[in-house]
Amino acid sequence: MTPAIDIQQLGKRYGALAALDHIDLVIQPGEFFALLGPNGAGKTTLISILAGLTRPTHGSAKVMGYDVLSEYRAARKRLGVVPQELVYDPFFTVREMLVIQSGYFGIQGNDAWIDEILYRLDLADKAHTNLRALSGGMKRRVLIAQALVHKPPVIILDEPTAGVDVDLRQSLWQFIQHLNQEGHTVVLTTHYLEEAEALCNRVAMLKQGRIVALDSMRNLVRSIQDYTLELRLSTDALPAALTAWPVHHDGNLYSFKIKDYAEIESVLSILRTSGIRILEMQLLQPDLEDVFVNIMESVPAGAS
Amino acid sequence: MTGFYTLLYKELMRFWKVSFQTILAPVLSSLLYLLIFSHVLESRVEVYEGVAYTVFLIPGLVMMAVLQNAFANSSSSLIQSKITGNLVFILLAPLSYLEIFLAYVGASMLRGLAVGLGVYGVAAWFYGPPPHVSLWAILFALLGSALLGVIGLIAGIVSDKFDQLAAFQNFLILPLTFLSGVFYSVHSLPPVWQFLSHLNPFFYLIDGFRYGFFGVSDISPYISLIVMAASLAAISGWALWLLKSGYKLRH
Ligand SMILES: Nc1ncnc2c1ncn2[C@@H]1O[C@H](COP(=O)(O)OP(=O)(O)OP(=O)(O)O)[C@@H](O)[C@H]1O
Ligand SMILES: [Mg+2]
Repeated sequence: MTPAIDIQQLGKRYGALAALDHIDLVIQPGEFFALLGPNGAGKTTLISILAGLTRPTHGSAKVMGYDVLSEYRAARKRLGVVPQELVYDPFFTVREMLVIQSGYFGIQGNDAWIDEILYRLDLADKAHTNLRALSGGMKRRVLIAQALVHKPPVIILDEPTAGVDVDLRQSLWQFIQHLNQEGHTVVLTTHYLEEAEALCNRVAMLKQGRIVALDSMRNLVRSIQDYTLELRLSTDALPAALTAWPVHHDGNLYSFKIKDYAEIESVLSILRTSGIRILEMQLLQPDLEDVFVNIMESVPAGAS
Repeated sequence: MTGFYTLLYKELMRFWKVSFQTILAPVLSSLLYLLIFSHVLESRVEVYEGVAYTVFLIPGLVMMAVLQNAFANSSSSLIQSKITGNLVFILLAPLSYLEIFLAYVGASMLRGLAVGLGVYGVAAWFYGPPPHVSLWAILFALLGSALLGVIGLIAGIVSDKFDQLAAFQNFLILPLTFLSGVFYSVHSLPPVWQFLSHLNPFFYLIDGFRYGFFGVSDISPYISLIVMAASLAAISGWALWLLKSGYKLRH
């Protein structure tokens, strides 16, 4: 099967800075893929190369088997990109913009699909509003709509939910999931890791232009065995027997790192014998955020 | 082809939606030149025998309007899209660089010709239509608007900021148009200035265009035609190469 995205030894330099450094990444059709990493990790640079907005310094990138440089027309027809920057053309209304964008992709008479996207993105009542007059979140939705006019098999969203309200974020993800179920490959970047965890089945984590983790969401989240036992105690001082425990606290709210359930028992019994009461208790499962923090801390800075 | 037509349509809409500034205002300013210069110089200057100065002036002013507005259209559209970032919509699309080139230049030509026609119409209404108009006039109007559309495209690509574009406009386009013989015949100049005028590409456009009205010109319209066609081919080649290489548009 032709991969949806096929990146080989991709690199991009800006002077001395390696924004991307020997990236190899293959994403299969139908995947829901998360591209994660701190600010400046190179996520947008990678997306820009796929979209043809930026030229790689070395290596190659293909979309649905088409090289983004030598077969750029075929590659771009198969790709829909939602840029990170909130850009718009102040001369046009939402609907005009979508008709124009369809035309750029060689599509005429796209009204039925445009109506559907407008409806799905809750923009139907703004169809005849000038883009200048829309709020930031609405402009972001128009950007998403523009990326979808040509029903691209591969959809890349660069922080699509930045500045979008909770309600809409929900319906937006439903729509994207629906597209994914219909067979569209979806790649997204986001700094809301719980979103990525809930939606994506595979993850690449970037740091300083390199892939530092690439695995399925399940494996990544399972890779961390530590639970967190969160306790609100009747006192701000821990008994001496617990001071050596890996723990951090915020007032009387203590978070204990726990490796297995037996350790819960020992913490609780020490507290009991010291006469400290437990006001609240919660056991937290490891999540993607823990994995992210772990990986980012364990990879030495300046690896590139 | 749909891609090209759509981009052309979008570029036309861009200036049409603000036609007050993009068409009416330049027509008005050309008209002011005409009123002032014809009032001051009508009785003192006769450039071509038997041709009143005002009548001599009109074709030059029309051509100047065509050139300046063709340049303004592609250059300002590109720089605006670059600065606001919405050029990305064109860059993400599967448009070929030739389609992008033709659409921007085509829209510039139409804007330049629309303003030129406006100036011509108003002048004809005030001072009566010229004795005759030949195909030469149309040919040079087309060539001139295309040439300046392409130069505007290059200026828009090369500039990063509005003031760089303004420098292009003030230090290149404006002097070249004013010194191209809009207001005088270069034959009336000292030899050194005559020679320098012949290095100015806009001189050939104005001179050839004027030939289309009076059948008289400073140099043969065939030479002007060849010089202009060659200039247009060369500068279009450069613009296409810039677009193809992604210079300043794709990092
Ligand atoms: N045009 C450019 N010129 C110079 N350096 C650049 C350019 N674009 C990006 N960079 C640098 O490349 C690196 C990667 O940037 P990139 O925008 O890809 O990060 P990112 O992962 O998308 O970050 P964020 O989460 O903040 O969006 C950064 O160090 C950035 O400063
Ligand atoms: Mg980014």
